[in-house]
Amino acid sequence: MNVVDVLVIGGGNAALCAAICAREAGASVLMLEASPKLWRGGNSQHTRNLRCMHDAPQDVLVDAYPEEEYWQDLLKVTGGITDEKLARLVIRESSTCRTWMRRHGVRFQPPLSGALHVARTNAFFMGGGKALVNAYYRSAERLGARVRYEAPVERLELREGRFVAAYSGEERIEARACVLAAGGFESNREWLREAWGRNERGEWPAENFLIRGTRFNQGVLLRFMMDAGADTIGDPTQSHCVAIDARAPLYDGGICTRIDCVSLGVVVNREGLRFYDEGEDFWPKRYAIWGRLVAGQPGQIAYSIIDAKAIGRFMPPVFPGVRAQTPAGLARALEIPEAAFLGTLSAYNAACREGTFDHTKLDDCRTEGLAPAKTHWARRIDTAPFHAYPVRPGITFTYLGLKTDETAAVRFGGVPSPNLFVAGEMMAGNVLGKGYTAGVGMSIGTAFGRIAGTNAGRAALREEGARDAA
Amino acid sequence: MRPEQGTAAHARGAGGAAIPIAGAGAGSVAANVDEVARVMTICNACRYCEGFCAVFPAMTRRLEFPAGDVNYLANLCHNCGACYHACQYAPPHEFSLNVPRAMARVRADTYSHYAWPAGFGALYRRNGLVLALALAAGLALFVALLLASRGALLHAPMAGNFYAILPHGAMVPLFTAPFAWAALALAIGVRRFWRDVSPGRIVAPAAVEAAHDALSLRYLDGGGDREGCNEADDAFTPVRRRFHHLTFYGFLACFAATASATIEHYVFGVHAPYPVASAPVLLGTFGGLALLVGPAGLLWLNLRRHPETGEPSQRPMDRGFIALLLVTSATGLALLLGRDTGAMGLLLALHLGAVMALFATLPYGKFAHAVYRSAALLKYAIEKRQPDTLGLGGE
Repeated sequence: MNVVDVLVIGGGNAALCAAICAREAGASVLMLEASPKLWRGGNSQHTRNLRCMHDAPQDVLVDAYPEEEYWQDLLKVTGGITDEKLARLVIRESSTCRTWMRRHGVRFQPPLSGALHVARTNAFFMGGGKALVNAYYRSAERLGARVRYEAPVERLELREGRFVAAYSGEERIEARACVLAAGGFESNREWLREAWGRNERGEWPAENFLIRGTRFNQGVLLRFMMDAGADTIGDPTQSHCVAIDARAPLYDGGICTRIDCVSLGVVVNREGLRFYDEGEDFWPKRYAIWGRLVAGQPGQIAYSIIDAKAIGRFMPPVFPGVRAQTPAGLARALEIPEAAFLGTLSAYNAACREGTFDHTKLDDCRTEGLAPAKTHWARRIDTAPFHAYPVRPGITFTYLGLKTDETAAVRFGGVPSPNLFVAGEMMAGNVLGKGYTAGVGMSIGTAFGRIAGTNAGRAALREEGARDAA
Repeated sequence: MRPEQGTAAHARGAGGAAIPIAGAGAGSVAANVDEVARVMTICNACRYCEGFCAVFPAMTRRLEFPAGDVNYLANLCHNCGACYHACQYAPPHEFSLNVPRAMARVRADTYSHYAWPAGFGALYRRNGLVLALALAAGLALFVALLLASRGALLHAPMAGNFYAILPHGAMVPLFTAPFAWAALALAIGVRRFWRDVSPGRIVAPAAVEAAHDALSLRYLDGGGDREGCNEADDAFTPVRRRFHHLTFYGFLACFAATASATIEHYVFGVHAPYPVASAPVLLGTFGGLALLVGPAGLLWLNLRRHPETGEPSQRPMDRGFIALLLVTSATGLALLLGRDTGAMGLLLALHLGAVMALFATLPYGKFAHAVYRSAALLKYAIEKRQPDTLGLGGE
């Protein structure tokens, strides 16, 4: 077999964008996906939209979402831990990439029911991320890219910052250029445990985390690259981390494990105590902080408590709530201290200053003289039956990655590699130092996947040309 | 490195109310309904497929899925396969979601459940046998009539005058009876279905929309982009929609051929055989050809459909109906071609036997889907015009 031009390691959105762009640049492409075909696509199979800049209404997107507003949103959620140049690159790419995406079979639809608040900022994939992944695989294979499944890569052969070959098992696979798009390390529970360490209660918090995404992101290649001296970026404890149903599967729970009733009630920890303002802001703007909040609680578990008034007012959860006719009954069913829980509820109920309840705006129902306060949608929890949903931290993806620049090149000691590139979760930390806002992961993956693939294709063809000339 | 496997029984924390894992095969009627309810509960928390068809928007108007609603949703499903290939929870995920299959199982149960007379619902379960027996009986009847009339299978050519073999006065009651029976049985069945989930009064815009959606096969178009639906794999293709259009409109043209002949006969006193350039022959020829190509295409697609979409045990029912349509159209065209030969009588017997079997089994086979699906589409068109009683906020 001839040496392949571009080797793409990974099988999700960024890898697929890279493979297709490398083919479009004229390079031959081989993709190595760690998972079996039925699990292909990494975390992309759980995604559903792309955050898009646009200056005027565009097919499924209403109004405008200008570059500056997008940048300010990103600045806010990351608390400034971002690279403005790369962030703006992603933002601008997001305004033009959808034509290309459509050409490769991706289809868009107006926002889904229950997600209308992002009709302006996010373009939804028809059928969600797995439909997108399927479309890209079809397109990549039609263009002649070869795909191998169950082909995890453990290590690379590097020579002075150049990619030479990859090892999958005992097999050595040479290529003229390579794109690393193999995801973060969120499925590697050992690594998470080590990164989060031991807390003041003597617990290892990460032992109680659930992984909302793929089980195949073990971070093997990321670890190898760190050991090989590649420049890294990001904090290993930072991730897309939300509070999800504690009964969710250990991996791949995806979207349906979310619990959306936090702002309609109160949240208590296993000691029966509240610990944060449940009504601070609209839930879609707050869900991404609750994973870390719960991670800070004893046992890394909490319970979202609502009464009958809230039923039917939030997206239906996948698991039924724990139900009881009295708060005391609920405490017993949850096995949390009854007296403390009843004390929390009566203090909260007494502090509620109910105005005009309106879940669609920041209303005037709030608590007075309670710590922590509930600043909106505070209504007494007094109508049977009472429901509780246990929640745990659910990690979607980690932010520790390889440092890169606008060429998507991997860097060693500040020097960009001529033929090794990185995309997707493995470099998302350059843009997302912490926090999250819906659809930005796919924007980063698409932008850098395309850049990495195009540059890898060019690098490979340049090398081929140089060899032919010699 | 082998990643750790997740398990659904991973019910840490309180409650422990885990979502049960789907059973392997089709179960009892109640088990099939429960499976759709389980599947819809998961889908309702996800909703990524909402753009594909009417099932998902109808689902979002509900928080619970009792049997009547499940029957409605199952008949709204066109088995296009899009939601299976797009599903992040499809097997091998522990949630093991397969919407098209769960719906197909309930759909078959609903045909039996609403069938009239009640005992005849069992005919769906042995549909291959039923169709074979009906065809054999139809052929036997008309061959016997031919023999009684001419004394032999072949005869001297008689310029297409088939009333010489089977008089018009005999043909009319012979076919009116099974046709009226089929219409009555389907009407009573669909009425029972309609009453189970009553969506409210039929308003004109809803009726127009439902008719449009049924006649255009809107929900075989991959979510409104004219992409089509899934067959052997995750690629979208419009072929099923096209072959179905040929089948349906071919069927309709054949029906129109008969109707126009009836008008010629009773209104204008023009009797068969009709010339080639006449409404009955032109419509019948177009219909017959369409009814050859359409079902042949559907059969070809049915044979290569992805094994996970739909319920494979129902494919004999699909194929039996398709085969009967093919026999009907093939014998009809053969009769047209051979009507001036000495084999006309035999060709006529074959064709009439097939038509008779087709009519007699209409309410107890695959054809029922046309009636129940149209009713489900009408329910949907009515329901979506009513205010949503759920006030779901946020994400």
